[in-house]
Amino acid sequence: MSADSTPVPAGPTADPEVDPESAPETGPAPAARRRRVESATPSRRERSVPHAGWMVVAGKEFADHIRSARFVVLLILLGLAALIPMYFAADAIRDAASQVTGQSSIFLFLFTIAPRVGEAAGAAAGTTGTQLPSSWEFIAIVGPLLGLAFAFDAVNGERSSGTLPRLLSQPIYRDDVVNGKFAAGLAVIGLVLTCIVVLIAAFGIIRLGIVPSAEEILRITFWLIVTFLYVALWLAFGLLLSVMIRRAATSALIAFGTWLLLTFFGGLITNVINSVLAPRSGSLEEQARNLSLEQTITRLLPDTLYKEASLAILNPQVSAVSNPATIGGYQQAAERIPSLQSFDQSILLVWPHMVTMLAIAIGFFALSYIRFMRQEVRA
Amino acid sequence: MTAPSTRPIRKKTGRPRSTADNDPAGAAAGRARPARPAGDDRPRAPIRTRGLTKEYGDLVAVDHLDLEVHAGEIFGLLGQNGAGKTTTILMLLGLAEPTAGQARVVGLDPARHPLEVKRRVGYLPDAVGFYGDMSGRDNLRYTARLNRIPRAEAEPAIDEALEQVGLAARADSPTDTYSRGMLQRLGIADALIKDPDVLILDEPTTAIDPLGVKEILDLLRSLVTERQMAILLSSHLLNQVQSVCDRIGIFAAGRLIGQGTMPELAHRFGDDIAHVEAEFETADEAGAARVREVLAAIPGVVDVAAPSRPDGAWVASVSPVGEETRVRRSILAAAAATGLDLTSVRSVPPSLDDIYRRAVERAAHGHARDVR
Repeated sequence: MSADSTPVPAGPTADPEVDPESAPETGPAPAARRRRVESATPSRRERSVPHAGWMVVAGKEFADHIRSARFVVLLILLGLAALIPMYFAADAIRDAASQVTGQSSIFLFLFTIAPRVGEAAGAAAGTTGTQLPSSWEFIAIVGPLLGLAFAFDAVNGERSSGTLPRLLSQPIYRDDVVNGKFAAGLAVIGLVLTCIVVLIAAFGIIRLGIVPSAEEILRITFWLIVTFLYVALWLAFGLLLSVMIRRAATSALIAFGTWLLLTFFGGLITNVINSVLAPRSGSLEEQARNLSLEQTITRLLPDTLYKEASLAILNPQVSAVSNPATIGGYQQAAERIPSLQSFDQSILLVWPHMVTMLAIAIGFFALSYIRFMRQEVRA
Repeated sequence: MTAPSTRPIRKKTGRPRSTADNDPAGAAAGRARPARPAGDDRPRAPIRTRGLTKEYGDLVAVDHLDLEVHAGEIFGLLGQNGAGKTTTILMLLGLAEPTAGQARVVGLDPARHPLEVKRRVGYLPDAVGFYGDMSGRDNLRYTARLNRIPRAEAEPAIDEALEQVGLAARADSPTDTYSRGMLQRLGIADALIKDPDVLILDEPTTAIDPLGVKEILDLLRSLVTERQMAILLSSHLLNQVQSVCDRIGIFAAGRLIGQGTMPELAHRFGDDIAHVEAEFETADEAGAARVREVLAAIPGVVDVAAPSRPDGAWVASVSPVGEETRVRRSILAAAAATGLDLTSVRSVPPSLDDIYRRAVERAAHGHARDVR
């Protein structure tokens, strides 16, 4: 069958394209020509076709990520980070379970209990064993790695391998590349985090025989979303680095350096700033004010936002995330009868945290988007 | 590596098109082209620029470029590194915004209709790269998906393109294992997947071995003759450009300082000297001296160069160029009259090397004058 007899899609594509510019100079007047260009088929066709360039890019990137070594390594790393504390916490939870029967949040202990390792052996030797971080604290430490690992070479990798000009010369918009890559990264981190949480929950159900209540499932799901936002923030940061820095090795170094700095030394840095801006001295009123300021400064670290949010969601006993700014506030807090927060109240507590993390993530992504759109194609 | 197959290039109309019925979604619509009766109302100048200019700050990368590439011809863009070749190409693809002037590619402004232009233009970038952990075939599949070519159409097209560039045997190895030349071949296959009307090749043969170059150039030639493609290729390898291009544009410091066929360029940039080669059988030194005497005596011959090897050819420089035919006849006549054993006489085509060098020199002088 020759193409001449093949039916072509009806509409704009059916009329033969005539190159207006190829007409002899004696052809139509310039104005008429321009009109013909504008009414030329392509623009209409472009509009009629659902634009899905970013999905093709995202699909390929996602497949790449899943098959990559870093995916496997990070899955194992995060899995271990989540499971090891839980393994040691299991006994502690059993003990706790007998004391707090009737409490509704026993399942959440899986995520929040910080176990001691070697306590039995340590007791004989006169030491107290090693304090391990809880599961969620481990994820707070390792999560940024997950985001950075799937983004730090997203654009500059294409650049250095010479695939970027080829990719951009295909019929896709330029932002499809960066959108697709971000979407693929989000999909991968969503997948990994969901796997990890399901793993922890399954481990808890099998080993401890506790079944989560509906509210606990809600809380865990919500915590998953908070964690996703936190990791997405780092993903967007990695993407920005990959757009701005030409060499993948350099951007990896900066990305992981920033992670290390903020995660392990962030507290030290904010301490220094706090001791200057908000010293813990003076009258009680002053100290209360300074403590509040101190907390605000600490919250400049995304790390803090995530930790506060996680704690409030995973522990219904947390009834406030902010320090009171006045002495009166402290008095009220002390007089409050300890009670469990309902799910919606916990969410209200951390809503600002979530919005802030989302805003930071969007900010980083927007920056990288703009930078990428303005960049020259070649090096 | 296998040699490229000798099977004919598929005709423009040969690829089965999916119909609107079995593929109502975007794929078919995005892919389908207007049904075009075989090559009659095809744009005659698929690439055309008017005063195209690109400035980077103070640097003028491309300076008022007027360029025209017709369907069914190979146009060679010649110039040193940094002369503005790649910038021009990026503007033609809509990947760089011109500072001034306009470009028309397949009748469209690449800055305003980049998608449609890129759908119909195959591009081989300078130093092309592929995803190393994917096979050559998978890389081409990705390109096909980005062009929204339905799978059923893409697979035969991929096989054919791989066959054409001689990579069929290695198609399923990861491209990490390819040599530079193989990547270049894969890049050409990649540009052919979308069945383009226009091919833009940036340094297509730099890393390919001499035999491979011949194959690639033959392939390009057959694409032009059988599918009426327009091919724009940039290169600094003069002899290749000379051997394959129908027309040539010489680029220096962002300006097109000359364009046309080889004879046109020779006429414009030649020093008005043609060369005639003649071979004689001479026994001794005395014979050689006699040959020199006879040749130098012919009117129009301004210089005579003795052969570098004993059985080599004498080269007579002729000026003006128009005298060349008459000089050849005179050599024949003189040989007959003086009893010299003339074995051959032929005219030497002007070399692009000389033309290019002279054009660039002249442009540099002209530029220096402009500055002063």
